[in-house]
Amino acid sequence: MLLGIYGLLSASFFVVMDAVDVAFTEASVGAGISTLLMLVTISMTGRSEHPVRHKPLLALAVVIFTGGLLIYGTLDMPYFGLAEAPIHQHVAPRYINDSMQEIGVPNIVTSVLASYRAFDTFGEVVVIFTAGMGVLALLSVARRSDDVTKIDSLNMSMHEKYLILRIVTKMLIPFIWLFAFYVQFHGDYGPGGGFQAGVIFAAAIFLYTMLFGMSTARRVINQSLIQLLAAIGVLLYGSVGVVSLLNGRNFFDYSVLATDPVAGQHLGILLIELGVGITVASIMILIFFNFTGRIEDQQNKESQDL
Amino acid sequence: MILGLYNYWIVVVLMMVGFYIVIAHGNLVKKIIGLTIFQTSVFIFYISMAKVDGGTAPILAEGIKQFSNPLPHVLILTAIVVGIATTALGLALAVRIKEAYGSIEEEEIQSKDNLNC
Repeated sequence: MLLGIYGLLSASFFVVMDAVDVAFTEASVGAGISTLLMLVTISMTGRSEHPVRHKPLLALAVVIFTGGLLIYGTLDMPYFGLAEAPIHQHVAPRYINDSMQEIGVPNIVTSVLASYRAFDTFGEVVVIFTAGMGVLALLSVARRSDDVTKIDSLNMSMHEKYLILRIVTKMLIPFIWLFAFYVQFHGDYGPGGGFQAGVIFAAAIFLYTMLFGMSTARRVINQSLIQLLAAIGVLLYGSVGVVSLLNGRNFFDYSVLATDPVAGQHLGILLIELGVGITVASIMILIFFNFTGRIEDQQNKESQDL
Repeated sequence: MILGLYNYWIVVVLMMVGFYIVIAHGNLVKKIIGLTIFQTSVFIFYISMAKVDGGTAPILAEGIKQFSNPLPHVLILTAIVVGIATTALGLALAVRIKEAYGSIEEEEIQSKDNLNC
């Protein structure tokens, strides 16, 4: 829980630092999803910890020494908020001054993310995809046939327990999705984009799963379809690059996608943000499904043992 | 003014808190939490460097001349989402270790491994 508060706090810090896009991401990821995953893991691995730590004094000495060296290192750094700092002298002025003519997108973060540094972002998306596949390989559980029979009894008891919560959630989910799509397609003009939209979209499904139980959510959302979508997102992103390559330009040079270079850039950014959004949402859903599926598996085993 | 560096010092303190948790605790989930704190301190470091006094968020609009640096924002934006994906992978490993060894304490795992040899 503390970690969630920490995530929210660092998100508000980013707003103060004028990094609205980053704050957006941290608010949805740090305060929401990472806390949830930690809680799920702790519920599986047990909450108590071995009281003995290895050599805390030695560790403390190492930490203080390293921290002292790092603080000594900061003494040479330019002061906080100084406009003349070296970091603001090289590529940043070009992004700020020329991106409107070259890309035609007001949000500089989006144009750097999706156009100037598209190759880098492609790498990040592939890393997310690979991590998702890793979780799938480690935790995936085979579909059980008794899912269907158990649902009715589960639903009855849940209906009586959390009636208000469930109805409010049902009403909220369409709005969360609407907001996710707004963030996805308005990312060119305001803060937002594929990464944030994917996480928000997945959060709505998490909410549904938490209140209605894993087996109901499994019936609503087909897991193999989600796996397919995760791959399609990466493919969509990569193929945009290949299309511009086939047209005789550099990888991810979107100017060739339409007759007008700026319109081409718009189309390219829209397409790859869509690819990012699809992949991030599906991978987050996959990770969550496999973690919670594992818990139910363990509970089933325990009940069989008794 | 030496106080102009205080943001970086907070980053160093946070980073060292995370580092201490990673090396002093034997519990694997605690170690992952430590890594997350360490990671956030790096995010804060990048975003602090991007800040320009009197600048606004890097979204072009009429009448605004001074923006904060967009490049670190881009790097950190993607790093956060990649971070949660890799954290999930680490937690998944911890869950599997718990199932295989019945414990996520480093020393117990080590002693069980030694017995098997």
